[in-house]
Parts: sequence; C-alpha cells; structure tokens
Amino acid sequence: MKVLVPVKRVIDYNVKVRVKADGSGVDLANVKMSMNPFDEIAVEQAIRLKEAGQADEVIAVSIGVKQNQETLRTALAMGADRAILVVATEDVHTDIEPLAVAKILKAVIDEEKPGIVLAGKQAIDNDMNATGQMLAALTGWSQATFVSELSVEGNSAVVTREVDGGLQTIKVTMPTIVTVDLRLNEPRYASLPNIMKAKKKPLDEKSAEDLGVDVTPRLKIESTGEPEARLAGIKVGSVEELVEKLKEVGAV
Amino acid sequence: MAVLLIAEVNGGTLSVDSTAKALTAAKQIGEVTVLCVGSGCTDAAQAAAKLEGVSKVLCAQSDAYGHDLAEPIADLIVSLSSNYTHIVAPSTSASKNILPRVAALLDVMIISEVTAVIDADTFERPIYAGNAIQTVKSSDQIKVATIRTSTFEASNEAGMAEVASIDACADPGLSEWVEDKVAASDRPELTSAGIVVSGGRGVGSEDDFKIIEGLADKLGAAVGASRAAVDSGYAPNDWQVGQTGKVVAPDLYVAVGISGAIQHLAGMKDSKVIVAINKDEEAPIFQVADFGLVADLFDAVPKLTDQIA
Repeated sequence: MKVLVPVKRVIDYNVKVRVKADGSGVDLANVKMSMNPFDEIAVEQAIRLKEAGQADEVIAVSIGVKQNQETLRTALAMGADRAILVVATEDVHTDIEPLAVAKILKAVIDEEKPGIVLAGKQAIDNDMNATGQMLAALTGWSQATFVSELSVEGNSAVVTREVDGGLQTIKVTMPTIVTVDLRLNEPRYASLPNIMKAKKKPLDEKSAEDLGVDVTPRLKIESTGEPEARLAGIKVGSVEELVEKLKEVGAV
Repeated sequence: MAVLLIAEVNGGTLSVDSTAKALTAAKQIGEVTVLCVGSGCTDAAQAAAKLEGVSKVLCAQSDAYGHDLAEPIADLIVSLSSNYTHIVAPSTSASKNILPRVAALLDVMIISEVTAVIDADTFERPIYAGNAIQTVKSSDQIKVATIRTSTFEASNEAGMAEVASIDACADPGLSEWVEDKVAASDRPELTSAGIVVSGGRGVGSEDDFKIIEGLADKLGAAVGASRAAVDSGYAPNDWQVGQTGKVVAPDLYVAVGISGAIQHLAGMKDSKVIVAINKDEEAPIFQVADFGLVADLFDAVPKLTDQIA
C-alpha cells in the first residue's frame, strides 16, 4: 500500500506574523518558513505505517511555489521515499485554496493510487481546516478527521477522533482520507545522515496545468488587516485586590 | 437570499447556544431555514422552531445521521442545496468535518470561521491564529460557511416556525460509528460558558489541575487548558482553548499558569474580562489581561477560591 502525505510550506510557527501596512496581506518576504506542524505529524504517521509493515511506500506531495522543494526535502529526511512538487504559483504570497489543492491531490491520487492519504487537519496560515474533507468529497472516499489514534486493519481503519466534548471512534472503509490532530504522535527529527540521504531521493516536479487543474481562487481577498488590539490592563498586588476589582466590574 | 442553517444537534438535543449564535449571522444574509439532522431530532426541531427569525425547520431523521458521520450528512445537505444561496453552520467539530465535504461536492470553496458578515458575498475571517483578519468576497454560486459563534450574540427564543419532516438520503456506507468517549460533567459547556478558568503548563501535573477545577466549580465555570497543558497530559484535549482547540469569549476568563502563546491568545482574547495569574511577570498573557496577578498559582488560586463568595 502506498501512503500519500500532502505537506504545506507555511510561516514557521515561532515567527510573529506581520500584516502589511497597505492591507494586501501578511509579509512573507525573508521570513522563516517550515513544514506545517500538523503535516509533520502526518509524515511521522506515514513512516510508522511503513515501519510496521503496513505500507510499502510513503510519497510526500507539496503544492505551491518552487521553494516547497525544501519542505519536501524535510519530509524525505524524516523518512518519506519520494516526493512530488506541484508548482501552482510563482508568488510566495499566493495561497492556493483548499479546493484547488484538493483537485490537484485528486489528480495525483488518480496516478499514484494510494491506499490512504494522511494530511494535517489544518494549516496554521489560512486556518481553513478543509483540504482533507474536500479531497474525500472529490474522491468519494471515506473521511476521518481530527484523528488522535489510527489502526489500519485490512480493508478498513479504526480511528479515534478529537471532537467537542471528547473522543469518537469510527471505522472507515479503505481507501480513506485521514486528517491528523496533535496527539497522534510526536514527529521525529531528521538526523544528519538522513538529511544527506534525502538529497538523493527522487523529487518529481509538475505544474497544476500538467494535472489539468485551474487554481483560480474562488475567494477574492479584499483586504487583510490587524485584529483589534486589546489594551493591557493593570497588575494587582494581591488576591484580595483581585477579588475587589472583579466585584467592581461585576465579573463575579 | 435563502440561507440553510445546519443546527448543532447532539444526541437528539439542540445545542441552543451555538445554533442561536450562528442564526444571528445567518439572518444578516437572508431568510433562514434550519436543518436538524439526527437519528431522532423532533425535539431538536421543535426547539429550533422557537428561535427568533427562523422561517422554517426541516427535520431529517435516520440511524445513519446519529453520530455526525460526514459522508451521509454531506449527501443530505447537497440534496437540499439547490433551494439555497447559502449553507452555514456554527463552527463545531461536527460542522468542520461535514461542511468542507459539502462545499467540494458542490464545487465551491468553504469559508471557515466567519467572524463578520459584510454582505451576502463578503465575510471576515481570522487567519494566522487570529493575528490577521481577512475580508474575502466569494464568487461561488452557493456560499458554504462555518460561523465562529464567539463573535455573535445569540438570537432570542421568540418564534414558532413551521417544522417539516424530510426524507433521508441513502447512506453511502463508507464509515460506521464504533463508540463515543464523552466525559460526563456537570460543568457548563466550554464554548458557551459565562466564565472559563483555564490552566497551563505552570499547573505542573494532572493532579494539580484539581485546584483549577476547584476554582472553576466555585465560580460555576467551565474548565479550559492551554495546548501546552494538553500536550503534557495534564488535561484532556477537549478542554483545549486556542487556534487548534476551542475559541471562547466568556464574560470572565481566568488564565492560570498560562504564559500566553499566540496560539492560546487566538482562542480567548475576545473574552470580556481577562484575569491572568502567573509567577513570571514577563509572561505575554499579562499584555492582554485586564487584571494581572504576579503570584505562585498554588498560593493564589486556593486563596481566590476561598475569597469568592
């Protein structure tokens, strides 16, 4: 069984986001970029499936700019076998919408025929939380979102999902699309020898046009602004003073 | 404009708070029909019919709909979609699972976590954990959106709309429910609670989280946790407040032993009054707190619990 893992290149989660003064978006020039943290968890899980003998090959896919090669090399260094880069824009500021990403992934699935897709539940840049669900719709496959436990058992997979109020366990028919949540695993770091090895692993490059997908956005971004800043309040000296202040404002 | 609002139904009961808040957003767009889906949802449909401004309630019952499985419910919503310009739902784990699937089946984009309705095509939504707000205009025929409930007031219960039963669709049979592990709790639900007391990594252990729970119970509050506390195993994930957890906006938010990472602030900075208790006076949480107390939480929290009447 092949495992397909889509990985997104996003602003590093430690970097403070700066909104451009002209309202045109978030400044991504000369900013540290990394693999979306949820996608790291997906890559890790794919490698574990292979290590457990349940998968034969792990294929990482990234969609966006040419620089996504770096993100794919990270996945290869973690242990993915090969990578596919789908160039869909030349501008690092252009975010390809989940619907277009799902269509591109569908085209990749038609070629590669994986048994399972492991994706991050959400990208920390656009916070859409949609690509996996959309891909499941386009393939007509089952979907298991927000997954914190996964076990593949022949023609089905049993997954535990993080839902409001607790956990839900469902059984999904394979092939399936799984989106992973934080507690599924702790992603490994790539070792130096593996980083060197990753440079020699195959990385195919295609374009969105090659796959016949129109990536024209459906949502026009009219403007991007700063959220309303919250004014800092006061420091109180003691629990007594805190209780007094809370009573004053009617909070308790 | 004709809006189909997917109600939040849990175990046959309407989640009034989240549905009534999403309704407020839906009414800004056009005439609202509410869809209740479940294995048995007549009670939920009757409750939804009472919400002010609802013009009609549709009730679709089937065993296949009992556990929020995305595939059968998405098919049902798509089968109804031709009558509507907008399909919206309160942003919950159920709708976040189902609506993107609906959108892709209709070949339209999802508009996630809408925080403001500008007009029928234009919406505001947060990106980068709320560090930026994007205004987007949709060119799609049908707009599919989830509504961030913390930014809308709940609609009143003052209506009596007509309720109609509708047929279920065939179950595609792609997935089946196995079990739910839902912690039974007498505490209010996190996203609709008036007061939330949250603990962070500073609490130090699962056992010590009891002092957070003690303060919460004294205040009649829900209990929250930072991602760091959840990752460390001090608190269950469904307590997580933040970018990747729940977004809350209570009247009072008490952050205990939470440093205030960007991703946590994304989930609570719209709270009316924020209290921070942390021994590190440089902690970023103090930059958003109305009242900050630099103190050892093991000393301050029990005292605070005692002193609140």
